[in-house]
Amino acid sequence: MNPVLSVRDATKRFGGLTAVNGVTLDLGEGEILGIIGPNGAGKTTLFNIISGAIPPDEGEVIYGGDRIDQLPPHRIAARGLVRTFQVVKPFSGLTVLQNVMVGAFLRRSEHDEAEDHARKMLEFTGLAAQSDRPAKGLTLAARKRLELARALATDPTVLLLDEVLAGLTPTEGAEMVKVVQSIRDGGVSLLVIEHVMAAIMALSDRIAVIHHGELLAIGPPAQIAKDPGVVAAYLGEEFQIAPD
Amino acid sequence: MIRLRKLAQASARDMMVLAVVVAVLALVPFGVSRFTLSVAISALIFALAGIGWNVLSGFAGQFSFGHAAYFGLGAYTVAVTLTRYSISPWLGLILGGLVAAVFGLLTGWISFRFGLKGAYFALATFALAEMLRLTFNNFDFVGAGIGITIPLAGGDDWARIQFEDTPSLQYFVILGLVALSTIAVIAITKSRIGSMMLAVREDEDAASALGINPLRAKLIAIAISGFITALAGGFYTQFLLFIDPDLAFGPFVSVLILLRPIIGGVGTIWGPVLGAGILSVLGEVTRSLVREPPSFLQVIEGVNGLDQVLFGLILIVVIIRAPDGVIGWFHRRRQADTA
Amino acid sequence: MRGRLRQAAWAVLAILVAVILTQSTWWDTNQTVFAQALVSGLLIGGVYALVAMGLSLVFGVLDIINFAHGALMTIAIYASYLLFDNYGIDPYVSLLITIPLLFVIGVGIQRFAINPVMDAPIHNQLLLTLGIAIVIENLALVLFTGTPRSIELAYARNEFDLGLFTLDFPIKVFGAVVSLPKLIAFMVALLLGGAIYVLIHRTQLGAAIRAAAQEPEGAEMVGIDVRRIYTITFGIGAACVGAAGALVMPFLFVSPTAGATFNIIAFIVVVLGGMGSIPGAVVGGLVIGLTQEMTQIFVPGSSKLLGVFVIFLAVLLFRPQGLFGKVQR
Repeated sequence: MNPVLSVRDATKRFGGLTAVNGVTLDLGEGEILGIIGPNGAGKTTLFNIISGAIPPDEGEVIYGGDRIDQLPPHRIAARGLVRTFQVVKPFSGLTVLQNVMVGAFLRRSEHDEAEDHARKMLEFTGLAAQSDRPAKGLTLAARKRLELARALATDPTVLLLDEVLAGLTPTEGAEMVKVVQSIRDGGVSLLVIEHVMAAIMALSDRIAVIHHGELLAIGPPAQIAKDPGVVAAYLGEEFQIAPD
Repeated sequence: MIRLRKLAQASARDMMVLAVVVAVLALVPFGVSRFTLSVAISALIFALAGIGWNVLSGFAGQFSFGHAAYFGLGAYTVAVTLTRYSISPWLGLILGGLVAAVFGLLTGWISFRFGLKGAYFALATFALAEMLRLTFNNFDFVGAGIGITIPLAGGDDWARIQFEDTPSLQYFVILGLVALSTIAVIAITKSRIGSMMLAVREDEDAASALGINPLRAKLIAIAISGFITALAGGFYTQFLLFIDPDLAFGPFVSVLILLRPIIGGVGTIWGPVLGAGILSVLGEVTRSLVREPPSFLQVIEGVNGLDQVLFGLILIVVIIRAPDGVIGWFHRRRQADTA
Repeated sequence: MRGRLRQAAWAVLAILVAVILTQSTWWDTNQTVFAQALVSGLLIGGVYALVAMGLSLVFGVLDIINFAHGALMTIAIYASYLLFDNYGIDPYVSLLITIPLLFVIGVGIQRFAINPVMDAPIHNQLLLTLGIAIVIENLALVLFTGTPRSIELAYARNEFDLGLFTLDFPIKVFGAVVSLPKLIAFMVALLLGGAIYVLIHRTQLGAAIRAAAQEPEGAEMVGIDVRRIYTITFGIGAACVGAAGALVMPFLFVSPTAGATFNIIAFIVVVLGGMGSIPGAVVGGLVIGLTQEMTQIFVPGSSKLLGVFVIFLAVLLFRPQGLFGKVQR
């Protein structure tokens, strides 16, 4: 397997708390790697390290053959490694189309090209009907789709999705899973943080379990589900089999 | 040319509005008094300055409370290059724009590097304009506190942008500058740069996650913004034929500049021009009301400051009732009607 | 702790500079000028501190740049002047009227004008307060014209027998003139500053104000009526200039823009001292008072404010949380 993204011994401390402790993992080309773990396990911190929002104290992040762990977020995004946020950040003063065009402009300089591409992304994520509405008034499900459409519009090589299913109804969630799968079919590699266990098990090629900032286990979903260490770690928490 | 045609296609509606607005405004000089004409000219000067302010504060979301800095730099560049080096104000306008853009880049780079935002950035811009005012007050090269008087050319002189015989020509020059700047703004709103500015205004973290360098977007905005506002300042010198530190850099100049786009609509293409129109009509109405009040209000005749009281009250009501300007108010009315 | 150490180091440095200055010949020749600047700077700095305290509260709690602060001070100045001029009420007695008067006006402004735009972007709030300032200043112009007025306090030049010793005003210290009104203004300002500090840090109301400043949503959840706190805070802020206006009236030319000059200075003091910090406002006020007087000695012919703005920008860039503010960027 040829990794497009490698994290080597990444460590991040906040005061006395070690949020991420020596995590090493590879993301293969065209792979969906799910990241699970209880609240506060360090999943989002790991995303912040990879996307450049916070530099790691130790370790390195390698993407496309280069170390990127000291680059600012916009340089990393420009290289094709793009994230979404757990708490979605729509540009609420702009229309849905304008939101997605911001992403489209990353690789396009002409207005019309960017608009065409953005409209395609809106079609793809099922938001086309709401293109001209202000982003402010969207439902949570629509805002999550918008976040995804905007990131997709940048033509990423690797996409980091932070809990795109959380808070969605089962129907909305199932639709979102389909969207994520077809993104992968389009050749994008995905790193997916998720809380909804059933969905992530079905979606991912491999699962990485993070607990107390450390990588507890990594492997195919079937193997992870049987891993005694994982089960033990989760028994203390609320084990979420079904989406809420 | 191809680009321009493309722009015209992409923003056909805005360009059409521009054509209509310019055509209507071009009728103003016919049949009005010299005084009304000068009111119209100064309205357009501050509309132009407001167009500049709107780029930085409206589109890129960095609220400036010191745009007098750019206005004054433009005004003084024209005055100094003309009186000391006999450089035509046409070139002076461009030079002033460049001086202001460089000043904006330098001070902006420092401010944004240090993470100044919101109220802090506003106060920093205010302090910078005040420092320029105080410095120019003691700087003999630029006439210190006395200021610079522009010598009269006599008659109509295109090279010096002075039109003593046909003052309406001066009106058309400033109208042309407003039209050109509006075209520039329309182009920005349709471009990648414009999209970057809006994204940074809305959410810097989300913008950088989409590959936008916030610092770069803000610096581009401040340079364009400073350039346009400096054009207004440079023209102001040629209009007054005089400039001093208070007229150029005074805090009230900053307020005059930002009031127009805020009344009209922050971050909209037409906000500054609309705001300038509303404010100058309003200003003239209140002024003439105090000068020649109707009989039942005879007591207020000639009372000093009353027009300003009225103006302030209107401002308060507008801010409370139409917080996103006249254009925003219309939009909300329309949405309420369709809903 | 390290911050305190650094502050102590600065204080030591300042004392060293002072000692070196006093030992040099430069000191001998400029002693009077220097002493006068020192005294004037400190005394007016006390008033700046009081004005800034009010602004700092509003800035820190409501997150609003209040451009009407100076205009509110103008109201207090005129109120005190009219009470003296019409009824012979001593300016220091008129404090008892101007403070509650401005509190009420402040409450009214917040309730009816600012509360409706609390959620609007900062430029709207700024413009709103600017509109209020324009109305107040021009109303003063309409009612009292622009002619500057001033009063003479009969006892300002008297001799005071304090039992142990007598004070003959104006006092001279190292050749520097200390006038009675300025001394009173300084002392009362610091006294009121202490009172506000106690109010904010030692009372239940103060605790609610601080909670509303730090976590408006959290405060709302524990049952604090944040809008009401905002209203009271703006009232207290206005009451500060209610006091300051009466205190400066005896040594100021009374005019519609008399308060406005204090507004800009107060902003700088607030940024210097740290938003919402009462001790910061006091130290900032004194520093700015000294800076403006010293600018005139060291950069002759320049405006008093030039040095002040240099300090202001330096603070904005290198320590935007101010001297006493907490780091939160």
